[in-house]
Amino acid sequence: MKQSVFFGSLVMAGLVAGVAGASTLDEVKARGELICGVNPGLTGFAAPDANGNYQGFDVAVCKAVAAAVLGDPMKVKYVPLTGETRFTALASGEVDMLSRNSTWTFSRDTELALDFVAVNYYDGQGFMVHKELGVSSAKELEGATICVQTGTTTEMNLADFFKANNMTYTPVNIADDAEGQQRFLAGACDSYTTDASGLAASRATMPNADDIVILPEIISKEPLGPAVRHGDNNWGDIVRWSFYALVEAEEYGVTKANLEEVAASTQNPEIRRLLGLEGDMGAKIGLDNDFAKRAILAVGNYGEVFEANIGAGTSIGLARGLNAQWTQGGLMYAPPFR
Amino acid sequence: MTLASDPPKDGFRLSMLIYDTRFRSVTIQVIVLVLFLAGLFWLLNNAYVNLEAKGKDFNFSFLWTRAGYDIAQTLIPYTNDDTHMRALIEGLLNTLLVSVLGCICATILGVFVGVLRLSHNWLVARIMTVFVETFRNIPLLLWILLMGTILSETRPSPRDFRFTEAMQAAGETPKASMWLFDTIAVTNRGTNVAAPAFSNSLGEVVLPGNIPVSLNALALFAVLAASFWGWRRLMARAKAVQEATGTRPATWWQTPLILLGPVVAVSLGLGFHLDYPVITRFDFTGGFQMLHSFTALLIALTIYTSAFIAEIVRAGILAISKGQTEAAYALGLRPGRTMNLVILPQALRVIVPPLISQYLNLTKNSSLAIAVSYMDLRGTLGGITLNQTGRELECMLLMMLIYLTISLVISSVMNLYNKSIKLKER
Repeated sequence: MKQSVFFGSLVMAGLVAGVAGASTLDEVKARGELICGVNPGLTGFAAPDANGNYQGFDVAVCKAVAAAVLGDPMKVKYVPLTGETRFTALASGEVDMLSRNSTWTFSRDTELALDFVAVNYYDGQGFMVHKELGVSSAKELEGATICVQTGTTTEMNLADFFKANNMTYTPVNIADDAEGQQRFLAGACDSYTTDASGLAASRATMPNADDIVILPEIISKEPLGPAVRHGDNNWGDIVRWSFYALVEAEEYGVTKANLEEVAASTQNPEIRRLLGLEGDMGAKIGLDNDFAKRAILAVGNYGEVFEANIGAGTSIGLARGLNAQWTQGGLMYAPPFR
Repeated sequence: MTLASDPPKDGFRLSMLIYDTRFRSVTIQVIVLVLFLAGLFWLLNNAYVNLEAKGKDFNFSFLWTRAGYDIAQTLIPYTNDDTHMRALIEGLLNTLLVSVLGCICATILGVFVGVLRLSHNWLVARIMTVFVETFRNIPLLLWILLMGTILSETRPSPRDFRFTEAMQAAGETPKASMWLFDTIAVTNRGTNVAAPAFSNSLGEVVLPGNIPVSLNALALFAVLAASFWGWRRLMARAKAVQEATGTRPATWWQTPLILLGPVVAVSLGLGFHLDYPVITRFDFTGGFQMLHSFTALLIALTIYTSAFIAEIVRAGILAISKGQTEAAYALGLRPGRTMNLVILPQALRVIVPPLISQYLNLTKNSSLAIAVSYMDLRGTLGGITLNQTGRELECMLLMMLIYLTISLVISSVMNLYNKSIKLKER
């Protein structure tokens, strides 16, 4: 009889990362680095620059949080995530926060166990077509082939819109914005649909931007904002108020440039609380009192971030619109620092 | 076994579990089993604890909620009002479609290439070597992407096929034209082919699960089956006559008559005509459309797997002793007949087992479909459904279970086939 011995080798592949113990804040501090999930490439919102460093409107939120928590906006590790992988990456703890033009919806807030902490861009879904098609309204898209990013709210809105208007279409499900642009430019789809801001950003990078039109219809509400895991409320507070500090700063006219000057001279109690000169706001969320000041110093106020990345002066050229301060007729409204 | 060690005289001692060969193997197996169960328990417990910590439960009720998304290519009717379960089935059918067609095409191409690679014609043999080495040594994903890109970048857009009266008046011709008497149009989105259609419909039956089946198609299928049965009878009769009398009755005119006659008659009765693809505002409508996502995936899977199958076939043929060929030649068989009647039947015994694993590979590789936006099981259940419902664990487990089931079914069917062709030992 031949005797053979089998040593069963057990592959202990953990299904999920280790049991969540320490709070996200402690983890980030211990690591000395914030891990932020961003779009793999959407010009103006999050895209690597010539030196390979991520820049953009969404990236600024990561930098603000890193500055508030770690004191250095450069201490961020960016993890590019597709529409399909982003929420799983956040839920499994692969990233500390998500700042990846993600729409705040009921089911994502509840079922996916995420917390959207604020809205950094009020958006809506639009359509982009080649001018030569002669389409002037989304309601003329009967029978069209439409590229849509998979795993997004736009996919569902698209289905709803065509159903509501009793039209048919052929969806082409693509993984990310780069693929969508490539398919659209190659003519594999008649129209590309995503958030209007995303369309503007994509169009800005296309070689024949003048031959491409964005249709007037906005078919959905897309409040885009940073998200954190549900359950760690303190971490959610930190991200929320680091962002609101930027909005509040714009409202009170505090900019990156005049910050020190204002801090030295201001008597306005709201600004003094924002900049940590009064009260103990920082201590209440486990940070020091200068957290908001550092965030503003790192990236500028909300208006500065907007103008630098996606505003009228950039190639993307988005108007403030809904994203103006509430005092200017927009929806940007930071709750009081009190 | 001539010598056995003396049985130990004293009773059982604990150290015997390790040092006594009679117990050692049992001891080791028990330890391995305990470790295995502990590992399994740890995994399950880890999943449970983490789900608990995230406040997520584990259930599959989401499968019966509204899916809300659309799928480009479906085999059975589907709208976005259907459930996630229905979307899952659509994805599964798409996976099966591309896998089954892929296996068939890859086998045909693979056998062809494998046999030709052994050809005495130097050039043909070298070309086949290049085919095999190129296609099997480059990752499949790249082939899928390449096929998708070639199809969508090199073909004209549907609007290039448009031929308006204004263009006619100006003496212009469209940039692209259809092939084969306007029956085929290959655009950068898909292949549009004229489809058979009938003016008179016998109606349709709806199977459970809202799957409509056209009675016309059923009738044609029944007629074809009956014709085939009639033809078999004809052949059997011809053979019987030949055996009895030595002369075979002429059947050359009866064969096409029996096989095709009834079908043609029924088709004409139902008002057979071709439904031509027609260019409309954005794309062709009418006829039958095969999207490039499917074509690209099928071509890539076919050529990639066929390169492996070719090697398996070549190995199988080389495994048959040269004496067999020489014996066949000595009996006066021509090379083609030798291959078909002598070599291949024996080679199949060597070919089929590794062929099974190629079929399994092809089926599993079809999950790369999302690279060209083909909505297979991974695209529906493991993509959109997973993402919209946030049920990662459930979707992944279900998807693994389904792929496992498909693989086991393919495996067992092919094993049955293997049993049927293996050497009969009496």
